[in-house]
Parts: sequence; C-alpha cells; structure tokens
Amino acid sequence: MTALGFCDVQVSYNGIEAVQSFNDLLHSGEWLCLIGPNGAGKSSVLRAAAGLVPYSGSIAIDQKEIPATSARWRAQHIAYVPQSPLIPLDMNVFDYVLLGRNPYVGHFSWESKHDKEVVGDVLDRLDLATFARRSLGTLSGGEVQRLVIARALAQEAPVLLLDEPTSALDIGHQQQALELVDKLRREQGLTVVSAMHDLTLAGMYADRLVLMHQGARVAEGSAKEVLQPNILSEFYGVSARVHHEDDGTVVVIPQRISTR
Amino acid sequence: MTPTTSLDTGRNRYWFVFGGVLLLVAMIVGTMIGPAGPTWWRIPLEFLNRLPFIRIDSGVSEQDWNIVWLIRTPRVVLAAIVGSMLSISGASYQGVFRNPLVDPYLLGVAAGAGLGATLVFAFQRGATENWIVDPLPLAAFVGALVAVLVTYVVGTAFGTTQSTTTLILAGVAVTSLATSIQAFILQRNTDVVRQVYSWILGRLSSATWGDVRLVLPYVLLSTGVLFMHRRLLDVLRVGDDEASALGINVRRVRLIVVLAATLGTSAVVAVSGLIGFVGIIVPHAVRLLAGASYRKVLPLSVLLGAAFLVFADIPSRVLANPAETPIGVVTAFFGAPFFLYLLRTRNTST
Repeated sequence: MTALGFCDVQVSYNGIEAVQSFNDLLHSGEWLCLIGPNGAGKSSVLRAAAGLVPYSGSIAIDQKEIPATSARWRAQHIAYVPQSPLIPLDMNVFDYVLLGRNPYVGHFSWESKHDKEVVGDVLDRLDLATFARRSLGTLSGGEVQRLVIARALAQEAPVLLLDEPTSALDIGHQQQALELVDKLRREQGLTVVSAMHDLTLAGMYADRLVLMHQGARVAEGSAKEVLQPNILSEFYGVSARVHHEDDGTVVVIPQRISTR
Repeated sequence: MTPTTSLDTGRNRYWFVFGGVLLLVAMIVGTMIGPAGPTWWRIPLEFLNRLPFIRIDSGVSEQDWNIVWLIRTPRVVLAAIVGSMLSISGASYQGVFRNPLVDPYLLGVAAGAGLGATLVFAFQRGATENWIVDPLPLAAFVGALVAVLVTYVVGTAFGTTQSTTTLILAGVAVTSLATSIQAFILQRNTDVVRQVYSWILGRLSSATWGDVRLVLPYVLLSTGVLFMHRRLLDVLRVGDDEASALGINVRRVRLIVVLAATLGTSAVVAVSGLIGFVGIIVPHAVRLLAGASYRKVLPLSVLLGAAFLVFADIPSRVLANPAETPIGVVTAFFGAPFFLYLLRTRNTST
C-alpha cells in the first residue's frame, strides 16, 4: 500500500527552481533516502512535505492529498526532524517531547492525560525516562538527537522525515540514532524519508536511494545500483572507490588525488 | 516509572501564592503611604469599615477618606494595571520574537505615543482643557497603534522568510521616523519641552478612577487573548519551522499576540506615559525564579509586574516630597540593581 506519494512536486525560491517535478511513491514501512550534493534539493523535498515551503503539485498520505491549509492535519500525519533543531536550553525533557502532542491539542486548550501518557511511553521506549525532568541544556549531542526523534514519535504520525539526522553526531551516536529509526520503522511500520550526506550509512539503512542533482532526480535504486564510481564522479565531482562487502554493504571511500 | 506530570506542578502553586500575597501587600502598603492624609495604620481599618456588615471606628475623617479613596487608591490600582500590562506584553513580545531583549515598546509603541502626546502639548494644551474628551491619552493611544500598524504592514510586506528580523528592523525605522518628527516639533515649541519630557518619563500622579475605567477594558481584552496563547508561545520556543511542522500557523499566532500586546500597551501608555524597564525586567525575573515556560511566565508576570509597579510608585511620591519623582526613574533605579542581583545569584546556582 502506498503510504506517501509525491506527484509533480516543484519548489522554487524567488523564481529559482530548487526542485523540478519530483515524483515518488513509498509503500508503508519503506525507508527512502535522498542523496546528492549540497543544494541538490533534498532538503527542499522534505521541507515541502513538512509544509514549510510553498510547492506546486501534490503530496498525498494514504492516497489522501494533504490539504494546503491545515497545518494540524499535516502534523498528525507527518513528523519532521530538522537538520539543526532549535533547542530551548531551559526547557525540560518531558515538556519538550510534549510539544509533539501539539497537533492533537485544541488551540486554546491543554494537553490531556492521554497526551502525557503517550509522552511517558515514548520516553520509556527511548530510554529517556530518567532524563524527564532534566533541562535540555544539560544533555549531550547524542541525547538531544534522541530527544528530537522522541518528540517526532510523540506526534504518532505514520511518516517520519529526517533532514541530515546524523550530521552533528560522532560515529557511535550516528549508528545509535539510525538503528533507533530502523527499529521504530520495523516495529511500527513508519515510513521514513531522510536526506543524508554519508553515502555508506545511507546505503546501509535505506531500502532505496534517490540521487538528486540541481533539483532533478538523476539516479534511483538500491545502494549497489546508485553508488557507482562513475555516477558519484559525475554528480558529486568526487573521485571515490566503491567497495562491496560480502554482506551486501556498499562502502564509499573518497580517494586522495594529490600525490603523497 | 515515567512521570506523567509536567514540570514542577507543585512548585508552580507556591509561586502563584507568593505573587498574589506580594501584590496584596503592595496594594495595602500603597494606600497607606503618602504625603498627606490620615495616619497610616487607620487606613486598613477604614477600608474594613467600608465593607458591608463590618463596623470599626477608625477615626478617619471624611476629608481624609477622600484623599485615600479618590487620590491614593486609584493611583495604586492604576499602577497595578499598568505594571501587569507592561509585564505580560513584554513577556509575550519576547516569546513571539524569541528575543530576550525585546520590550513592549519595540514596534513603535513608545515613539508613536510620544509623538501623539507631543502634538497635543504643542497644540496648546491649555486650549484643550474644556474639551469633553481629554485629547492627550487619545492622541497617545492612536499614535502608538498607528506606529505599530505601519511597522507591521511594512515589515510583513517585504519580509518573506526572515519575517521577525524584518519586522524588528521596520520597528526601528518607524521609531526613528516618529522620534525625528517629535524632535522637530519640540524644536519649534521649546516652551512645552518640560511637559513632554515629564510625560515621557511616565507618571501616575494624576491617576483617577476615570483613568482606571478608561484602560481596564483594553487591558482585560489584551490580557485574556495573551493568556489563551500561553501554550502556543511555548511551542514557538522551538522556532518558526518546527512550530509549523508541529501544526501551528506561526504567522497568525504572531500577528494575534503582537496586536493584543500592542493594544494593551498603547492603552496603558496613554494614561501613564512611558514607564521603562518593567516590560523587560519583570518577565526575566519571573523566568529566573520560576522557569521559562510561558504557562507560568505570563500569569506570574501579571502578579509580579503589578506588585513591582505599585511598590515602585511609593518612593516616587515620597522621595522628593512635595515634588513627584517620575516613576520611570524609580523603576530603573531600584529595578536595575535588583535585577543584577537576581542574574548573579540565579545564574551561578543553575
């Protein structure tokens, strides 16, 4: 079943086209990873789906087109984790995750007992329960990243958008964060769209890669199909070797060009 | 077991009780102290005496009672209203602009009101004395609203993504424009400089029950609207983008909050002049004491802002007796050191 569909989605900023006619269909529980050089339009696709930039064309969830006017409806169906979330340092963990319940709370009313239970449950599942009363300023980068994902989960949306979820993390926390997302999508059937720069990690976790360049889709498929030296060289301008592990992992290794 | 309650609900109540008691004490003390009138301890007794079913012989003469009820009490009540309004507006502005240095005068309220008042003074204040409606508060009120409206229209017409920066800059431009016109008018009417200056520094000395009735509807409306938005102000703390992704129409919320805060601020500025510092110091003091969630910051700003201005008004009537010390001078003189003390003690402990 199609969980998320993009139909002729175009995004432009002040007349400059950032995304040209993006089409895609994701089935429920699929993880699609957008890759491509800086400025290729990856983030714009995600931001369009999150309702943060105006777009033409349509984006549908469960074959139902997202209404342009209802931010609440969208937030009940799509959770968005930005590249660099703004962290209010003096807010506490519980209250921060509780913000994820906003789409279910009436404009001038308060969170219900159920909303608080959902947050408590999410904190338990992500091993954040012991932090509940700590303020965000006291947490490490890895903990904050988990917290932002926790907030997105509290939205109970079937679609999760991740913009560079691991770019600020060390290699260990990168793995932890991606494992967490992978586990959640397997357990709950979350449909995930992420934009990533680390091609090896992208190929490892995503079901499908889409390579974008100057707003257009230029390659698509499995890690093995997309991550080829000639393709990478053409669109990233990178000289890289691609190494295939026995378990199917595709490793991209940039090469030093100058002589040692 | 994960707690399913929000942050420190218990301690919240403690702060509200503290704020309420402080305000009550401030208001009682405020009615007891003044250059003329009955002995201080008789006044609370007389207030009790005036309540139904209570008879106490306080020994306050009718004339003394008039001083307390018609001069001192409206002044205390007006100070409470002005203090609470400036504080809650300041807190709300800081919330929607996510900028701790913002105060309620940011978008041109002060300069607009100042220009309006200056026009009235320059236009022969004496000639307007017999008018049915006193034009001074009206001109200040209209001036403030017009200035903010111009700021908002200009600021949002050009701003697309960076709308808060554009808006703040538009406010700066409108402020300079209004100030320059005001300076030009003063230059040509040097005889009113003193009056205008004393208006700008703020005053509660001429407060009447009429002033209270004049501002109360605006203040209640504005405070009510701002109160309804306090949960949304908390969501805005994660930034425009994330708040939008969480289902909030950020532009609409910002517009409503700015309009409500401006309406209330303009109304109180119209009767009390420009009382600086309250709108910045009180919300920050509240944050340092009770935490940064707007659910607590807005109601506590109302209580503590009211108490602060009532207290500040006391030295302003007795300090340079029989002359009045402008209240804006007192708020800054006593407020600034207290705020520095709070900053120092609180920041080192957290």
